[in-house]
Amino acid sequence: MIKINNLHANIEGKEILKGLTLEVKPGEIHAIMGPNGAGKSTLASILAGREEYEVTEGSVDFDGLDLLEMDTEDRARAGLFLAFQYPVEIPGVSNINFLRTAMNEIREHKGMDPISAKEFMAMVKEKSALVELDPKLASRSVNEGFSGGEKKRNEIFQMAMLEPKLAILDETDSGLDIDALRIVANGVNTLKSDKNATIVITHYKRLLDYIIPDFVHVLYDGRIVKSGTKELAIELEEKGYDWIKAELV
Amino acid sequence: MEATLMTTNSTDFTKNWSPTALSFPKKLIEQATEFIETTHFPTTRDEHWKYTRLAKLSKQQFLQSKVAATAEFDSISNSNNRLVFVNGLFNAGLSNLTQSNGLTLTALSENSAVLNQTNVDVIDLFSAMNICFAKDGIHVHVAKNQTIETPIEIVFVQTGEQTAAVIHNQITIDEGAKASVILNFQSKNAKNTFTNVISNVSVGKNAHFTLYKMQTENETATFIGTENVTQERDSYFHIHTSTLNGLLVRNNLNIKVIGENADTHLNGMYLGHGSMHVDNHTVVDHTVANCESNELYKGVMADKSTGVFNGKVFVRKDAQKINAFQSNGNVLLSDDATINSKPELEIYADDVKCSHGSTTGQLDEEAVFYLRARGISEKAARQLMVSAFIGDVINKIDNTEVSDYLTSKLETMFGWDF
Ligand SMILES: Nc1ncnc2c1ncn2[C@@H]1O[C@H](COP(=O)(O)OP(=O)(O)OP(=O)(O)O)[C@@H](O)[C@H]1O
Ligand SMILES: [Mg+2]
Repeated sequence: MIKINNLHANIEGKEILKGLTLEVKPGEIHAIMGPNGAGKSTLASILAGREEYEVTEGSVDFDGLDLLEMDTEDRARAGLFLAFQYPVEIPGVSNINFLRTAMNEIREHKGMDPISAKEFMAMVKEKSALVELDPKLASRSVNEGFSGGEKKRNEIFQMAMLEPKLAILDETDSGLDIDALRIVANGVNTLKSDKNATIVITHYKRLLDYIIPDFVHVLYDGRIVKSGTKELAIELEEKGYDWIKAELV
Repeated sequence: MEATLMTTNSTDFTKNWSPTALSFPKKLIEQATEFIETTHFPTTRDEHWKYTRLAKLSKQQFLQSKVAATAEFDSISNSNNRLVFVNGLFNAGLSNLTQSNGLTLTALSENSAVLNQTNVDVIDLFSAMNICFAKDGIHVHVAKNQTIETPIEIVFVQTGEQTAAVIHNQITIDEGAKASVILNFQSKNAKNTFTNVISNVSVGKNAHFTLYKMQTENETATFIGTENVTQERDSYFHIHTSTLNGLLVRNNLNIKVIGENADTHLNGMYLGHGSMHVDNHTVVDHTVANCESNELYKGVMADKSTGVFNGKVFVRKDAQKINAFQSNGNVLLSDDATINSKPELEIYADDVKCSHGSTTGQLDEEAVFYLRARGISEKAARQLMVSAFIGDVINKIDNTEVSDYLTSKLETMFGWDF
């Protein structure tokens, strides 16, 4: 699905990613954990195509495509989805209308006809129910006046609508109460198939009680410094990151 | 001596023009003539023209047509009441007039006795020019308590090269009457044209009047226009100005509210592109108590375009319990585009509720990225953001023919798809 190889990236002359390597295969769920400032959101942003970052070395192969050469919208059309750590409010742009435009761009890319209004509305109904997002919110301006938790649910709602191949969830769990956490996790689990994959960025083991990862990675100082299974998350929760730092020196 | 060298004699500008065909009061014409003879073209040292340079304009000469040419034109409304003016002259053949009860709709030249009581003043060079050289315009009169259901559309089309249209309109809505007028300014096969227009609007007691001003003259057109509006007691007035194109566009809107309990709405949108310059100067003068005015102007400025918004609200002494709201918002789509926005409130009464605000910014790049990250192309993302920004002004248009025309123009001219 995605092969990130020896990725180095700078922002404003400062090196943030320092040789990051990670492979995710179809059907897998990977969790990335790591201390604040380690570069987790940077990785997500670079994969999504944010232009402020300068990639100085390395490559990313997304289903045979050279991801780093693609525009943001082409990555999305090819099936990459980023659930933002901080979803943006866009006053005046209707959530539903924009989503329909987005969906049709993606369908066009796949050589499909635009979705009919009826089919689309049925899908909105189904998917908003899945993430228990108030349908009224679905039709408001994108994220405008949404609570923190509603914004996160809206991200998962969009993911459910767009059915990506690879979803990257950047701290979708932070700011969620325990019910919302369960709902979001349920959304992710329902959409899981052997054809798609998910990268979950989180600080908390509790999300991983709901979304069971196949692998857990520690991103520290711009690199994946340790990988394991779910047990690694438990260990991190108990011991913090110091022991990993100690292992590194 | 130096100052005179730098400015342009106004008589040069108008030397090829013939005197007005309309019967303005003689005194007024004398006053206007003297004004032109003694006044130079305004410069940016003139407070009213601080950000709008007329130097290039002042060096040109434009020709007035002798007979009404024929021209193609776009109309907004399906209305049976349509008057067409070509280069400022009335073209009866292109017009379409049906008799409606209580409506007088003619070319002003056919009815210019109404100008005996005009309250137009010589306030600047362009009003002086208008009085001295106006060839024609419309006369709309809606009689007491009459409602004219279909909008009255007046098409002003410029065609040819270096043409001048000097237009004077008189619109009178009597007590209790209701009507709407569309002023549709456009060009067809035109180059370097000049339009000078004054519209005098009087909205009577308890009358209801909506004026739509659509400006799609081409990128070589200079337009200097003024609406002078007076509003009496219990009246409603709404003006909506859409400026989509032009080389230099100056809109002066002067609204004087002289009766209590009047309701005033002034909305406008302007889209700067290329090297267009667009300038809106608005004045709402609350002279009496218990009135409300709402003003919303929004601009989207691209390329090297420049914009000016100057909005004045006066609340005179004793004009208590006035609610006056004004807002101007601008989006700059390029680093080379500029806007000068100056809202001004002058309040001499103490029991009033007034607010004004002016914002200028760029498109939110985070939002553009967010939309793109969902698969929307960069162009479409920007357009969605711009439409969202300008959408609330478009939504103020309560005539679907006008809003449909506007959105179709936005699509053909800018590729915006709403
Ligand atoms: N625009 C920027 N300019 C300068 N430095 C930046 C910029 N964006 C990120 N950084 C720096 O890059 C480093 C990595 O940031 P990033 O947001 O990727 O961390 P993170 O692992 O997601 O942290 P958190 O757990 O707090 O979300 C930080 O030191 C941050 O300050
Ligand atoms: Mg982060």
